Amino acid sequence: MPQPDGLLYSKEHEWLKVEGDVGIVGITDYAQNSLGDIVYVELPQVGKTIKQFGSIGVVESVKAVSDLYTPVGGEVLEVNKALESDPALVNRDAFGEGWLYKVKLVDAAEREALLDPGAYDALVAEGTH
Amino acid sequence: MSTFENAPLRRTALYEEHRALGGRMVPFGGFEMPVQYAGILKEHDAVRRRAGIFDLSHMAQYELSGPGVAAWADALTVNWVETMKPFQARYNIFTNPRGGAHDDVLFYRLPDRFLLVVNAGNATKMWPYLRDAADGRSDVSLTSFHGARALIAVQGPRAVEIVAPLCDVAAAAIKYYFCAEGAVDGVPALIARTGYTGEDGFELFVDGAEAPRLWRKLLERGAPLGIEPAGLGARDMLRLEAGMPLYGFELTEDISPLAAGQGWAVKTGKPDFVGKAALVAQQASDTFDRIAGLVLDGRVPARGGYPVFAGGERVGEIKSASVAPSLGNKNVATALVRRNAAAVGTELGVEIRGALHRATVVPLPFYKRET
Repeated sequence: MPQPDGLLYSKEHEWLKVEGDVGIVGITDYAQNSLGDIVYVELPQVGKTIKQFGSIGVVESVKAVSDLYTPVGGEVLEVNKALESDPALVNRDAFGEGWLYKVKLVDAAEREALLDPGAYDALVAEGTH
Repeated sequence: MSTFENAPLRRTALYEEHRALGGRMVPFGGFEMPVQYAGILKEHDAVRRRAGIFDLSHMAQYELSGPGVAAWADALTVNWVETMKPFQARYNIFTNPRGGAHDDVLFYRLPDRFLLVVNAGNATKMWPYLRDAADGRSDVSLTSFHGARALIAVQGPRAVEIVAPLCDVAAAAIKYYFCAEGAVDGVPALIARTGYTGEDGFELFVDGAEAPRLWRKLLERGAPLGIEPAGLGARDMLRLEAGMPLYGFELTEDISPLAAGQGWAVKTGKPDFVGKAALVAQQASDTFDRIAGLVLDGRVPARGGYPVFAGGERVGEIKSASVAPSLGNKNVATALVRRNAAAVGTELGVEIRGALHRATVVPLPFYKRET
């Protein structure tokens, strides 16, 4: 499945959508599918400053705990409260309703370290062969 | 630590069926097995409400025969073999001299032999162990069908409606933990009313060559009733809810049947058996660490190995854990804890990423089907 346009991707299978100086972060559809049924998501506290590629939370599926690495740094503005009662939103709509958190972007240059949809497609294709 | 690390993975007779159904294959007990198809929660739901079909052909099937076989097996295990009736199935545990579990197994008694089913992950130690124990005995003979014979389980409240009409024997009349020899859709089979899910259901032992056709037939017959292929992930969740131990977690060479809460299967009235003295002593002292059932507060799942505390003191660790859909998605776990922390109602703390999360000891099983 081709990756949605307009997003940037990390090698750790997170996506970033830039809206002005706000970044919205989630995990990719490939990631949710690999993890299986997601039962718990632990996100950073609002107000906390996080560093690009730092481990900032966990996504837990029925079978495994996976670390969550943020694709960008900045101050956490908001977390997706809906995931508290319905973490499976990430499975159902990884690129939409299943977003994880919003960050106040500080350094536009960080985005150069992320992948465009084509490059992420290639990464996923490699991983599935 | 897998014994199979360097051995190539084997495939069951149903491997191509799993691929065709989108099964996600993982190494398990030396075989490539489906951990899930559509998703663990969906498969779990199918088994609890309708039916699920499992490939268990990775489990090792041995046939034991000879005039001395029952007494021989009784000397190696905690539960009675000799007293089994023809066509009865019985849970049993092979123990080591320290009373620890060497494997937990099912015996099926047939008129002229026993079928013994051992855990796939234990086959590489169990087969040599059994061979050694039978060495020099002309009254016991052992044959392995591991990998050659398939095992298909159909489990769930609708299982009987799917399986029984295909059988040439009255399968619906087979009692729980009994079996019959017959044919399923023309395929010679041992038809057993056993399982590892906490639901009603059947386990069908058939020749590997016939297994794919029977598997497809069962899926086809079950489709209108909502059958789903189910993998090892759902199976683990189902057995944990049903309070059944999984070898390597609740039962090990160091965790005895008594510690695992399987004392009901330990018949100390039997003549001597491997580990009997140790188990009798354990039972008398009652000081051993034991498996407790935990329900956690909140949504954060526990995992195997997480430390468990009582009143600030470390008292044990988690062995198995899962979200339990049959308990309103509560997080449940088994933990091996000190005796004084195992009483029902005890409040414990489970350390998850540095923070203590409250858990309460509850009776096992977590889930019991309505009968």
